[in-house]
Amino acid sequence: MFPRIVYESFRRQARRKLLAGIAITLGVAVATAMIAVATDIGDKINRELRSYGANLVVTPQEDTLDVEVGGINLKPPSDGAFLNESDLPKIRGTFWHHNIVGFSPMLPVTVKLGSGSGARDVTLLGTYFNKALSFGKDDFTTGVRITDPWWKVSCGDGKESPKCGWPADDSQDVLLGERLAAKVNQKAGDTIEIAGHRLTIAGIISTGGAEDDQIVAPLALAQQILGKPGAVRRVYVSAMTKPPDALSVRDPKTMTPEVYDRWYCSPYVESIAYQLQEVIPHSHAEQIRQVAQNEGTVLSRIKGLMLLITFAALFASALAVSAAMATAIYERRVEVGLMKALGAGNLAVSAIFFAEALLLALVGGIAGFSAGALLARQIGRSIFNSQISIEPVLFPIIIAIAVFVTFAGSAAAIRRAVKFDPVFALRGEG
Amino acid sequence: MSSIPGALLTPKQVADRRAQALHTSMFARMLVRAAVLRRRRAASALLAMIVAAAVATAMMNLYVDVQAKLRTEFRNYGANVVIVAKEGQSLPTDALAKVESVVGAKTLAVPFSYAVARIKDGQSDGQSVVVVGTDFARARQLNHWWKVSHWPSAPNEALIGMRAATVVSPKAGPNRQPFELTFQGKSIELAPAGMLQTGAGEDSRIYLDQSEFQNWTGVAPSTIEVAANGTSAEVEASIRQLAQILPAADVRPVRQIMEGEANVLNKTRATLYASATLVVLTSALCVLATLIGWVFDRRRDFAIMKALGASERLINGFFAAEAAALGVVGAILGFFIGIGVAAWIGRVNFHAPVVPRFSVFPYVLAGSVAVALISAVLPIGLLRRVQPAIILRGE
Repeated sequence: MFPRIVYESFRRQARRKLLAGIAITLGVAVATAMIAVATDIGDKINRELRSYGANLVVTPQEDTLDVEVGGINLKPPSDGAFLNESDLPKIRGTFWHHNIVGFSPMLPVTVKLGSGSGARDVTLLGTYFNKALSFGKDDFTTGVRITDPWWKVSCGDGKESPKCGWPADDSQDVLLGERLAAKVNQKAGDTIEIAGHRLTIAGIISTGGAEDDQIVAPLALAQQILGKPGAVRRVYVSAMTKPPDALSVRDPKTMTPEVYDRWYCSPYVESIAYQLQEVIPHSHAEQIRQVAQNEGTVLSRIKGLMLLITFAALFASALAVSAAMATAIYERRVEVGLMKALGAGNLAVSAIFFAEALLLALVGGIAGFSAGALLARQIGRSIFNSQISIEPVLFPIIIAIAVFVTFAGSAAAIRRAVKFDPVFALRGEG
Repeated sequence: MSSIPGALLTPKQVADRRAQALHTSMFARMLVRAAVLRRRRAASALLAMIVAAAVATAMMNLYVDVQAKLRTEFRNYGANVVIVAKEGQSLPTDALAKVESVVGAKTLAVPFSYAVARIKDGQSDGQSVVVVGTDFARARQLNHWWKVSHWPSAPNEALIGMRAATVVSPKAGPNRQPFELTFQGKSIELAPAGMLQTGAGEDSRIYLDQSEFQNWTGVAPSTIEVAANGTSAEVEASIRQLAQILPAADVRPVRQIMEGEANVLNKTRATLYASATLVVLTSALCVLATLIGWVFDRRRDFAIMKALGASERLINGFFAAEAAALGVVGAILGFFIGIGVAAWIGRVNFHAPVVPRFSVFPYVLAGSVAVALISAVLPIGLLRRVQPAIILRGE
């Protein structure tokens, strides 16, 4: 009898059930989408924060001081120590290599530009633009186009054309900093002579930093001019990190083995620096505090905000579901009156309503979960250009929440409907 | 006794009382009585309205205010505008004052001057090191990320970069020995006050107070770093103004900071917008569901009014007025609760209250009334097709 009542109730009042079902579906969809966005927002914003550039720098352990003012390197060219270029792909072999977005080696070389009395000392900066490397079976590309996304290449004189752009990493083409280009009156397509090499200017680079006064060249070319194959002065590494906390700032030497493991296996900027030092021989890795220290605050603010908004969304969808359920049940007092007049107990009547609510919650929950997953994906695609993936573990949680909210929303209405005197209900005096 | 109403009064007395009573129209009386008699249903509808209006208010407030809040956070990344003197020159002496007159005193502007000095160690010529003169109080506020063990306070005290320290004053510990620097034949003895760690170029430098630096080297500031507030359009306007009053200098944005900020902020804003829209829509749905139930529930009132000969217009007007009143009351109460919620979120998350924005009130009010009207008119449209007799029979 019980299943039949429930079944008939759905069959005969399809439209009303549909309304309540839609409310549950929409509520669950919004809740799912918001939870998915909120759990993924940290990762997404972390990736966006990489547009601030590298947050780690690796230098030789025994390096002399940098003597650089206004983008001009005054350090004697052969002075100091170098890193070995062939060690760099090992960065992909660190524990947190998935968190490392990219790295760019740098080799500044002081060169003479021009000849005779017009000659001037400029810094030629050798680096990777978008270099294809491999570590083990892992092929990847890295360079300043990834680590320093604000670097822009144009043809100079404001014109854009396919003729100028980023040079290839194995070419003899260079980029001229925009202020330097203006000073020496050169533009893309011209050739300059540096240390006996005729170099084509592939484009004019604008970075808003010291590079605007420099020549940016492929690393191999800079090494050739310096006469030190394989030499790298420093490496900038851009990594997604976890905001600092009490554990992150501790000295790994003073940790117990368990704490050390936990520290080592957390993507703190400190532990990534430690791991970089491990893989690159004779190196010293350090966080660039301007970038590394601030991203934690920004990240936690945005995450906190999304968390609070998600609570608001959950609250609003719970209320919407409750309201829809309450309305649906309140309308059926006559039915309750009839059942009670025929001898049904409060328990039996409540059981019917709860069974209906459960069915609605399950169907609405599944439909809402799928809709919410689509919604979250759409948000991820349109805002972050990447997927927001829904953890499968979320599914039972969402369904449980849907059932709980539907029950909670129905409970008060069911109680009132059951308490209502059948005589009044049947007389139609609601 | 005139205080007992009903049958004890003569019709004349009743008429008198009615004449003395407030002249409330039948329409207004119906509205009030409907709300009072079915307190519970009316209250639940009102509650839904208030919650929705509060959520909408909080979301709109946050959407507007959070961007300003985040911008302040982004200023911790330091300067977004640099003013650099033309090659080989210094900035005019009044440059800092001029800069402050444009960007306002609240904006940080920090002067820097650079010189390459040599470390005096016995007889040899010594290594080169970059020495920077600056205003420590300002630099400290601008560059929050500088890890400094102790800021210089006494005269002839210097702040030494981590890597510079290993060269000029290698003995570690709190009592580092003083050292001597020479610049164009003039030497100065400095005591290390503290160590500076940034992970960038600053680590190889030595920082001095600007006036001491200038007394020693005679070099005036060549760079001013400015942390300009506001949207990117406002910052660009400041850059244009600065370029105008300092024609001898090169005013340029720090693209790394500006573009990073714009990128993160845009993404956050878009996410916030999407979330706020979803939340507001859900609360509107909640109101819709509650109010439709409320109106359906009163189909007997509707039928009685119709049976007593009320015109369609009157009935529509009655339900619409009821819904509108509900919308207005809900919007007003919800608005203040919403402002409270937004302020709370601001305090919890940003440690600064969200400024209440009364400009969102018209939107909340209009939205609430619109949703209330829709949810009243929809069921009326359905009920109109049904004969009053059928409703009254309870079918």
